[in-house]
This record gives sequence, structure tokens and C-alpha cells, in this order.
Amino acid sequence: MAEQDWKTNRRVFAAVSLPTLFWIIVFFVVPMAIVWLYSFGENRGLTDIAISGTLDNYKRATEWLYVTIFGKSFAVAALVTLICLIVGFPVAMAITFASEKWRPWLLLGIMLPFWTNLLVRTYALMILLGSQGYANKGLGALWGGASWAKTLVGLEPLPTWEPVQLLFNNFAVVLGLVYVHLPFMVLPLYAALDRLDRSLIEASLDLGAGHFRTIMRIVVPLAAPGIVAGVMITLIPALGAYLTPDLMGGTDSQMIANVIERQFKKANDWPFGAALSFLLIYAMFILIALQSMRRKVPEVH
Amino acid sequence: MALFARTPRAPLEYSRTLWMRLWVGAVMVFLYAPLVVLMIFSFNDSKRNVVWRGFTTKYYEKALGNDQLVEALLNSLTIAALATIVSLALGAVAAVMLWRFRFPLKGAVDGTISLPIIVPEICMGVAFLMFFAAVDWPTDLVWPFNLGAITIAHITFCFPFVTMVVRSRLASFNREQEEAAKDLGASEWQVFRDVLIPHIRPALVAGALLSFTLSLDDFVITYFTSGPDTITFPVKVYSMVRFSVTPEVNAASTLLIILTVALTFIALKLQGVKAIAETH
Amino acid sequence: MTEPARPIIRIQNITKRFGKMTAVDNVSLDINAGEFFVLLGPSGCGKTTLLRMIAGFELPTEGRILIDGQDMAGIPPNKRPVNMVFQSYAVFPHMSVADNVAYGLKIAGVRGGEVRDRVAEALELVKLGGFETRMPDQMSGGQRQRVALARSLVMRPKVLLLDEPLSALDAKLRAQMQFELSELQEKVGITFVTVTHDQDEALSMACRIAVINKGEVSQLATPSDLYEYPANRFVADFVGSVNIFEGKLTLDEPDKAAVDCPGLGKVYLNHGVTGPHGADVWVALRPEKIYLHVPGAGKAVTAAAQDAPDGHNFARGKIKGMSYLGDITLFEIELETGARIRVSRPNLSRHDQEDFTWDDKVSMHWRADSPVVLLG
Repeated sequence: MAEQDWKTNRRVFAAVSLPTLFWIIVFFVVPMAIVWLYSFGENRGLTDIAISGTLDNYKRATEWLYVTIFGKSFAVAALVTLICLIVGFPVAMAITFASEKWRPWLLLGIMLPFWTNLLVRTYALMILLGSQGYANKGLGALWGGASWAKTLVGLEPLPTWEPVQLLFNNFAVVLGLVYVHLPFMVLPLYAALDRLDRSLIEASLDLGAGHFRTIMRIVVPLAAPGIVAGVMITLIPALGAYLTPDLMGGTDSQMIANVIERQFKKANDWPFGAALSFLLIYAMFILIALQSMRRKVPEVH
Repeated sequence: MALFARTPRAPLEYSRTLWMRLWVGAVMVFLYAPLVVLMIFSFNDSKRNVVWRGFTTKYYEKALGNDQLVEALLNSLTIAALATIVSLALGAVAAVMLWRFRFPLKGAVDGTISLPIIVPEICMGVAFLMFFAAVDWPTDLVWPFNLGAITIAHITFCFPFVTMVVRSRLASFNREQEEAAKDLGASEWQVFRDVLIPHIRPALVAGALLSFTLSLDDFVITYFTSGPDTITFPVKVYSMVRFSVTPEVNAASTLLIILTVALTFIALKLQGVKAIAETH
Repeated sequence: MTEPARPIIRIQNITKRFGKMTAVDNVSLDINAGEFFVLLGPSGCGKTTLLRMIAGFELPTEGRILIDGQDMAGIPPNKRPVNMVFQSYAVFPHMSVADNVAYGLKIAGVRGGEVRDRVAEALELVKLGGFETRMPDQMSGGQRQRVALARSLVMRPKVLLLDEPLSALDAKLRAQMQFELSELQEKVGITFVTVTHDQDEALSMACRIAVINKGEVSQLATPSDLYEYPANRFVADFVGSVNIFEGKLTLDEPDKAAVDCPGLGKVYLNHGVTGPHGADVWVALRPEKIYLHVPGAGKAVTAAAQDAPDGHNFARGKIKGMSYLGDITLFEIELETGARIRVSRPNLSRHDQEDFTWDDKVSMHWRADSPVVLLG
């Protein structure tokens, strides 16, 4: 049914629109506008900032150092998204095709971490990955086992196990981001797969296709909207991630968000931070624009 | 789920293949092992998180005796509760506006309302930092009014989620129900209360749960809007993790995990897993 | 010249259980090569499960299925010589019509030119020539079904399985497709196995019909045998409309029989029943096989006497309900015993519907070969 024109019912429209518009303008549009204005400003003193219309902040952002950080952030976010997709797709398939009895529990299993505090989860992963943590112990045990196996067949044992550095490097950042974002990927994938008419899969099998071909030719194309949604929902927060690189990364694992934070909390260069913020927002817009450009898959009901 | 199928597997029972089970099992271990280890070691009688030295609850006593930590947790819960209430009202109203009416600049309004979902947290944090500095927001108010700035920030990023969830639920609303109610003599308000609200109830529950956890979860935006007197739980844990790993953090984290699980189960009791999952 | 019937599908003692529920219960059936076979039954009777077991989407709990002499146990659907037309058609929405139809051929390793030819041929067969580049969302439901048909037929399967093929079409289109499907089946000579809950569909298309009830085959017969000689109350009631009266078998000789029904009176038949004397039986009488008369004229009595020399297949009652359906009028008549009976009467002239009206007293008779005695 068609939407109602606002003029036909001004009272109700006013009741629903005024609070919304007030809030979104005062507490979102205005703050963003301030950031945008400041990005064209310069520091005049310790606390004094003049909005002079200068483009220096944006120029500075094109310096090699910042370009590499932007590039690296993209690379990390893309890698994280790809890993989440590869790991998450079979999980979403398994949930979709699980029996009625199991499906709710599997879903719950994916959703519970999603509800759990991000900081707590990051911290928990850090305990596990620490140099004295269980991940290292497990690897050490494997190493010991391999060494023992070698002595069994009469070879020199391996040198003694040195704990590997699993934390405070790029590996840890990627792992941490995957850990945090995996549920974000699985849920939209599941939603898309669940909507898929199963007889389409059966028809493909019926016509002689194997399971792999059916997944590649039928399931993936038809679940494309869900895949794209999952990619966006993972890529965007991963790109702007602050906490994981801050806590789990090393000195060379900084991402854009960390650089932005430094401008405000340490370097006290608000205009430059504002400019970086807006560059990050523009990057998001570009990603979203790319997404909406993709060919729409027709749906048949 | 038996690892080895007793009956033969039908073609579409993908989840009964062995490699699928191993895969899902491995993912679950990946997701849960860190949390389980953290919870177990919150009872460990040792300063370090490595070797089991016996059972103790002393870190819970310590955590609960840490005034700053308790105050932070209390702040967080207060903010989350306030933010949830306002977000629900604001989000539902915005959803009804976008669903029901046609008005000038609708596309722009719609886009702006969903922007807080997309804009990176760090940028929102920066924006609120600058905004509250620019308007000279008072920082010396008494509790709970001193939490105002953080709460406002949280509402701004929570209510668009409520709008999204409620709107997708509204899409399945059969307007003939509304017409039937009017036909039977209901007023605009009665239709809203008796027909529309019951229909969107699952979305409201999901939206409330989402808002509450998002608010409780948020570190980055809060980090930029909180002052020395308005520490929230994540901000406090962050500083504890950053500067010294103490078992107190384990204990406090465990409490928060238990709180999350409890909340989730309450929501499930109210709505069932499927309804919640569908709203994502 | 008809060839002796050769079974292409042999279903042997098939049972399918879902948890505690038994969907298909020890069914054995032979489906002959080249016939149009229909599985008919109410929803939830297990007919679709049976079809899906032939296709390989469900695995039987017990028993086996042979297709063309080959045991299908352990053979996945993509390796079976059967193809299926799904109830939802399952046309791939992201592929053009030609790509849909070519999908199976390409997998089977058929090459370029031949694919094109066979796709064109199959589309021609289902009257969709020239639709190659259309996308499914630009087509009507009926057209999508034809795509699904072409997509299966192009594979030249030994058996084509159709799951409720006409259920999603509107009444007019459904009637037309019934003819077209029969015609198509004759033209291509492939065995068709169709599942339906619609008796008209089954009667009009099938060579043979298996009526399924609660996972079991109630009766397997040609359409006319099913209608005229139902084997049990379920079939009599499910296929067509029928009056059923309970009674006792009081006379049973090779050339005559009588059943005493408390509701209807004594019913005479001009053939034997071969049931135990005094047994509880049911008499089924189709509404169109009952003649209606104005009472008192003595016509009914005379007519009945001619049809049943040994007695009178005769009853009296009062019209309690009427529905005028154009070609026929349906009467609901309360008998003197208090039981109700349905009678249909063709409107042979424009004024026939004026002969009777509500609360009219009527008498009726039927021929001695019309009632069917059912033992179960």
C-alpha cells in the first residue's frame, strides 16, 4: 500500500517527525558539521583553533606515512573480511541446513559472542595468546610431539621450543579482528541462505550438478545480497577499528583510528584529526557507493 | 549431534557431513575458548593467568571491593538503561515516520538516520568530543546528570538500530489490520496501541536488547566523551588492561559475561531465537 | 497393438519415517514405462515424500526403489535417470530461460551447437519458442512452469517427476495445462509421475492412479475404475462425491445381493459381493446415479421395479437444501429415516431447476448396478 502524504495527517506526522528530526540534527548533524569545519582549521594556540578554510590538514594526510597507514588499514580490513567470509560461509550453511532441533542452538552459539562485550572478548583473546598463554603452550606441545616423533625414527630432536610472539604484531590484529567480527559475517549470510528456496538447490542436483557446482552456480549467486551485506558489515567496522589494533597490535600495527585518536588524546592537533576522520568517512561512502552499484539479482517469489 | 550419522544422509543435510561438523566445532571452539579460559582463571589463585594454583573467589571480592570498578559498572548500567529507553521511543517513532509517510527530502532524512550505523565509531567519538567542547557542556553536574553527555552520544548511535529493526518488522505489517481496526471504530491512537505496537513488539524487544548491549559494549565513543568522573565499565577495564593485567579484570569480565548471557536468555524467553536472529 | 507393460519404476516395500512419524508405510508399486502415473491423496498423506524418494532427495528408511532395473540405494539425485518439476518450479532466478534449460545439458557435457539445438527444441515443445533471453522475473507463473518442464525434458529422463504441477495456477490455466501435459506426455513418450491432491487433475490426466492415504496405497486403478469401483470408503469419498450408508449384508448370491441399511432402507444389487453373510458393510451411492421424481405419480416405483426386479431401490424424502451450479443442481434431501442424501440432477432444459424447491416432498430411485458395496 502506498505511503501517506504527510499533509493529509499533519498532527501524527509532527508527532513522529519532530523528535526524530530534532535529535538527529542537534546530536548528529551538528557534531559532524563541527568536525567537518574544524578539518579546515588550524591551531593558533594550545586551545585556540581558527577555522581558516585551509586545506593544509588534507595535504598533510597525503604524506607517505599517512597514505601507508590508510593503505594498510584497507589491506587489514579486506583480509579480515575475506577470512571471515571463508570461515563463516560453511558455518552459515551448516546452520541453515541443520535440523530444527539444532538450528536455534547453533544460532545462539554465534549470537552470544556478538552480544558479549567487545573489550572483554579482546582481553580474553589476549590472555590466550600471551607468551605464557595456552595458544603458545599448545604449539609448544605440538613442537615437543614432533621432536619426540623425530627421535623415534632416529633423527636429531628439534631444538627446544621458544615461545613465539603471538601478541603485539600484525598477526594478532588480524586474528583479533576476525575473532570479533566473525558473528557479524555469519548472521547476514545465514539470513540470506535461509531465505533461499531449497527446491532451487534440489533442482540443480536433480539436473545432474554436484554439490560444489550447485554451491558455486546457484547458492552463491542467489545469496549474493547476503554475502555483500556480510562483507560490508564486516569491512566497515574493521576499517575503523580502534580497540583491537590498540591493544593487540605492535608499534607497526597502527590503523587509521589509532592515528585519529592520537591527534586528540596526545598530539592535540584537532584540525588534522578532524580531516583524517572525514577522510575515513569518505572512504566508507565510496565503499557503500560501490556496493549499491552492483547488479541487482532479481528475486522470484 | 552424533558425530557419525546412524541413518544415511539425505542430499541437503549438509550439516551432517563430517567436515562441516568439524568446521563448525572448530569455529565454536575459536569463539568460546578464550571466554571460557578467562572465566576459569577468574577463580585461579594466582597473579598470572597461566598455571592453575587452586580455587579462589578473592578476585571477585577484590573486584567488588574496588569502588572505582563498581562505580564504573553502575555508570555503564545506568547509561545503558537510559539510552535504551530513549532509543526505543525515538527509534520506533522514526521507523513509523519513514514507513508511513511520504514527505519532502525523505531520502535525505532516511539516509541521515542510518548514517550513525555506518560512520566509524572513532569519527563519532571525535564529533562528540568537539561538539560537547564547542557547546561548553557542563562537566560538574551531580550523578546521574553528569552522565548526560555519554548518554546522548549512546542514544545517537543506538536509536538508528532500533529504527532499522522496527522498520523491517513494519514492512510485514498487513495494513488491512489497521483498516479493520478503524472500521471497527478505533481512533488513530487506539490503532497504534492495539494493533501496531503488538505487531512490532518482537522488534522492540530485539531493539531494546541491541541498544542495551551496544551501549554497554561501547568503548570508543565513550572514551572520547567521558571525563575523569564519568568512567564507564569498558573505559575502566581498558585502563586496567592497558596498564596492568590483574585477575580482578578477569573477575569483573566474568560478571559482565554472565550478565550478557542472562540478558540474552531473558530476551530469548520473551521472543525465541528465531525472531531475534531474523531481526539482524 | 500394445506392448506388454514393462515396469520402469519398482517401489518395493518402501517405508519412510521422520522421527516417530511414519510418512510412507510399506508401499509397493510398479510404474510402467510410458504411462502417465498419478499419486493422488490428501495433503500430508506421504505422496510427495514418495516422489522425493524416487528423485533421491529423501532416503527410504526401509525398502528399495528400482529405476529401469537398477537399485537406487546410494545413488544421489544428480546421478539418477529421473528429473523433477518442482511445485515452486525452482526456476533459477539469476539465469535466462535458455541458461536455465541448458544448465543440465552443460553439466552432462553436451557441447555448444547441440546445446543450442536441444534448448530450442525443448522450448518449442513447451510452446516457449523465442523466450530464450527472457529472465524468469519477466514471466508469468504459467510460463515459469513451462521453463521448468523444458529444463527437465531437455535431459531426456527415463521418468519425469512432477510435484503438484498445477497447484499454483488459476482454474482456467489449470484446465488447459491438464490437456497440454497429457498431450506432451504422449508426444515425448516419457513416463510421467505426478503428485496431486486434486482428483479432477488426476482423473483427467492419468493412465493409472494410486490413491495414497496415511502413507499407504488405498487403491491402484485406472481413473474410471477408481470412480466406478472404489475399493474402500476412503477412495469412494476422496474421489468424487458420494453418499455412504452403513448396513448389513443380508443376501449374497452370484447374481444378486442385498444390503439392509438403517439409513437408506434395503438396497438391491444385480451382482454378487462375495462377503460373509451378515457382515457389516457400507453402501456407496454417487449423487448423479440417483433419479429424482415428484412423489405420488408412481413413476419412481415403476422405474425402480424395472431396474431391480427383486425389490425396490427406492426412497422418499424432503428437500432440505439446493444449490444451483449451472450445469447441474445439487439437492440435499432428508430421508424418512432422518438420514441425509445428496442427489445431483443435470439441468437438461433451461427450466429444469424450477421442478423442485425447498421442502418439496420427493421420491427417488437408482439402478441395481449403481450402488457399490464396500467392505472396509
